[in-house]
Amino acid sequence: MAVDKDTVTRIARLARIQVPDADRAPLAAELSNILGWIEQLGEVDTEGVAPLASVVDMKLRWRADAVDDGFIPDKVLANAPDHHDGFFAVPKVVE
Amino acid sequence: MSLIDGRTGAWEIVIGLEVHAQVISEAKLFSGAPTAFGAEPNTQVSLVDAAMPGMLPVINAHCIAQAVRTGLGLDAEINRVSVFDRKNYFYADLPQGYQISQYKQPIVGRGTIAIELPSGETRSIGITRLHLEQDAGKSLHDQHPSLTYVDLNRSGVALMEIVSEPDIRSADEAAAYLGKLRSILRYLGTCDGNMEEGSLRCDVNLSVRRPGGALGTRCEIKNVNSIRFVRQAIEYEARRQVEVIENGGTIEQETRLFDSAKGVTRSMRSKEHAHDYRYFPDPDLLPLKLAEDFIETIRRTLPELPDAKKRRFVSAFGLGAYDADVLVAEKETAAYFEAVVDARDGTPRRDPKIAANWVTGELFGRLNEARLDIARSPVAAPALGGLIALIADGTISGRIAKDVFALMFETGKDAAAIVAERGLKQVTDTAAIEAEIDKVLAANADKLAEYRSGKDKLFGFFVGQVMKATQGKANPGAVNDILRKKLAG
Repeated sequence: MAVDKDTVTRIARLARIQVPDADRAPLAAELSNILGWIEQLGEVDTEGVAPLASVVDMKLRWRADAVDDGFIPDKVLANAPDHHDGFFAVPKVVE
Repeated sequence: MSLIDGRTGAWEIVIGLEVHAQVISEAKLFSGAPTAFGAEPNTQVSLVDAAMPGMLPVINAHCIAQAVRTGLGLDAEINRVSVFDRKNYFYADLPQGYQISQYKQPIVGRGTIAIELPSGETRSIGITRLHLEQDAGKSLHDQHPSLTYVDLNRSGVALMEIVSEPDIRSADEAAAYLGKLRSILRYLGTCDGNMEEGSLRCDVNLSVRRPGGALGTRCEIKNVNSIRFVRQAIEYEARRQVEVIENGGTIEQETRLFDSAKGVTRSMRSKEHAHDYRYFPDPDLLPLKLAEDFIETIRRTLPELPDAKKRRFVSAFGLGAYDADVLVAEKETAAYFEAVVDARDGTPRRDPKIAANWVTGELFGRLNEARLDIARSPVAAPALGGLIALIADGTISGRIAKDVFALMFETGKDAAAIVAERGLKQVTDTAAIEAEIDKVLAANADKLAEYRSGKDKLFGFFVGQVMKATQGKANPGAVNDILRKKLAG
């Protein structure tokens, strides 16, 4: 699969990563190489093989429905650039 | 089906609903922070919910059980293996930058809901799927002129997204579907159904087409948060789409917002911002596998659901379909009614039809006036049962019973106490009634003569006079019988 410059622009936007225009074409070539390399896996015949979610034999861990966390608003807000009255305060995002 | 009359002919509305139902649980879907409504901002937040680097989600077993329970209640397929995916988008109240949701492999597959329409007709609406996902935080846009305030208390709370097939054809059907789904969730105890607090939220997908024709392009209307608003949004949006098409335009697939103040929908996100969620399996979470005995244990504890309860009320108690619907809609009402009827070994101790009339008539009327819900009724179910028993055994008349009920509602005392205290016991002693009738006839000799000369409409007048003289306590049947004889002379 080849990635073109427009695709790079689109996914950069979706990921909120600023990529200067001059870097987009080289980035498209690099990403295309990476994807091409991964696509080699398509050569392996996986007919009838179930998808593998983990390489070790583990089960999803379940927790009991018990409150054992929270009540740490100071820690939650500690890294916020701005907060008022216990709320995170961010630039207005209403449409 | 209800069609819209357009300028160029009839149009059919095609609707699918996506309902987000907050799971009843103590802790969140992937963290141990509490879920209670109305706490101080950012107090019910763990570092997982705040998406601090390195924090890992661990799934809440009870939320899984609640989703399975709901699936069983919707008569749906339970998927033995389901997968959590990341749905990627940026918004100020979504600290992870993605929502953990389920995309291609949800926990619950196809099911159905039967809805009752105002016409009395029943329709079956398909459920496409139910999946588990995290709620986002809450943004407040009106607290500061240039800032948005964000509260993460809701961030990470478990939601069930329940998606219907595009089987719904009118605002009435949409309202019936939402009401029925809410009722089932409340019976199951998996969601409290409180639309005001946002425990149940609805998105409407709507398109129009020529009756039976190819599907049109749909618009999604977000966050329509009451059954009344669902009706309004559907009626407005259907008309809007018909107008656009009839004026030669085309419907763009888009997300619209319902403005409840104006009763209109408006475009919410412009096309260049069209969402591309880039779902992929969450690498922090292995597939969710359910054992047969886990599912069977839940199946064994399912309560009687509204449809089954309605059938029983009709077959065992002889209620009409309408009364049965009214009584089963809220599980608290159904429980109250059953406590009034007090059936033991299948034999009701109070007449179920009379009990239904009292519950849906006097009780609902008083509760409405007092703005109380049935759980907080000053007249408990056994007390209303006691009142009905006093009518049945002839202690009081039906007319006096309404006064007694009013006093019970005000004072919280039981019926027998009020009847004894106020001397309201019905007079069935025929000699006493005869004496009263004689007095009334003597005092109204002119009317008596008129009656005897053929003006038999005056019978009602005499009954009224006798009841007045006995303060309503005379047994109406006895009054009628004796009066008729005496009037005949």
